Amino acid sequence: MGIVETFLNAEVFVRTWPLLVKGLWVTLQLGASSILAGLVLGLGLSMVRLYALWPLRFLARIYIDVFRSIPVLVLLIVVYYALPFVGIRLSPFVSAMTALSLVSGAYTAEIFRAGIEAIPRGQFEASAALGLTARQTMIDVILPQAIRVVIPPLTNNSINVVKDTALASVVAMPDLLKQATQAQALAANPTPLIGAALIYLAFLWPLVALVTRMERRFGARRR
Amino acid sequence: MSGFVSIRNLRKFYGDFEVLKGIDLEIEKGEVVCVIGPSGSGKSTLIRCINRLEDFSEDSAILVDGIHVTPGRSLARVRAEVGMVFQSFNLFPHLTVRENVMLAPRRVRRTPRAAARAQADRLLARVGIAEQADKYPELLSGGQQQRVAIARALAMEPQVLLFDEPTSALDPEMVGEVLDVMRALAGTGVTMVIVTHEMGFASQVADRVIFMDGGRVLEVGPPDQVLGAPQEPRTRNFLSAVLNH
Repeated sequence: MGIVETFLNAEVFVRTWPLLVKGLWVTLQLGASSILAGLVLGLGLSMVRLYALWPLRFLARIYIDVFRSIPVLVLLIVVYYALPFVGIRLSPFVSAMTALSLVSGAYTAEIFRAGIEAIPRGQFEASAALGLTARQTMIDVILPQAIRVVIPPLTNNSINVVKDTALASVVAMPDLLKQATQAQALAANPTPLIGAALIYLAFLWPLVALVTRMERRFGARRR
Repeated sequence: MSGFVSIRNLRKFYGDFEVLKGIDLEIEKGEVVCVIGPSGSGKSTLIRCINRLEDFSEDSAILVDGIHVTPGRSLARVRAEVGMVFQSFNLFPHLTVRENVMLAPRRVRRTPRAAARAQADRLLARVGIAEQADKYPELLSGGQQQRVAIARALAMEPQVLLFDEPTSALDPEMVGEVLDVMRALAGTGVTMVIVTHEMGFASQVADRVIFMDGGRVLEVGPPDQVLGAPQEPRTRNFLSAVLNH
């Protein structure tokens, strides 16, 4: 068999395409929900990390450091295989989403913190002088400016989350990669794997390019 | 007898360094006070204490309209009564000029949108930039930005306005337009405390001039006295250095 027939077999591709689409759908759901949960968690953590009383601030720092240090795969396996021993039994989807958003939240918290710290002190002072509360200052003045700064790194982090969804296949999540490996076994041909890789690329390459463009634009504006 | 703004034994430390060494000052309602002095004399720190952008020593007290300026719930009330104009404008870059002026009344005073908008347009007209209302601050000149900052402070209808070197960051040709707006304000009954290097402006507009050096008030009095016939040698030295540069 030739290279094309082995890796890009049209007949196998057409036959396994429905499986891949099903897997892609699961991957996208997992990616989107983990990104969203990670954003909420990260924003909350960054507020605690910056403005809470010192014991909470300290705990937030420890959380952020721990979850940036632990490999997602290890965390996922702990959540899925270890937690049942203490009676917590999570579905593959919930396990994967938990692991992904716990880690994404830690990274997101650092991104938000950097974004907020990049806002000049004068913005806080002008808000205070006008009588705005700390909460109003954050919502009306600081965050709208910080979000512009953090969109490129947040997009970057989101790309990483989507890539890491592939790890969920080890806990029997029927995501894109899992469907592809199953289809490969079924068809006795690696074409579905190549198909899955191309689908990941098709979704993530434009995002990577977008981040590069945004970074260039923001960089140019700051000068 | 205490003034509308009452500063009693104001002391402040940066670590071991004493920036303000016990300042007593009573400012009457409607009074225009200009604070002058060499850089590092503590004049900016002094007015930043009035709305507590700077903390100060426990044994000091500042009262505005009888309310102690202490951290806590009363602080927001004081800050709503005390407007501030900064050297570097500190406009909100993500909001249009009009939105900059509307934000605090909307959020702090809960003014309805239409009323806040009408008020913003009125104030922007008053400082001479009505036609820029829909632009973002970065598109305006420094002088225009500072006038927006004044309109933004006025939107809270403050009893006291603090100016922290409002013309020091401006190109020379824009100083006049900002001083004109301030001069017009001085006649309206709002209490003004102005840190400035503009001696001509101080002598025309101030009811009292305060000369500070080394964290102390060295001389207080009407402008023709402090600027015209200073008693303290350090005031004389400072004035001759400023006027003959």
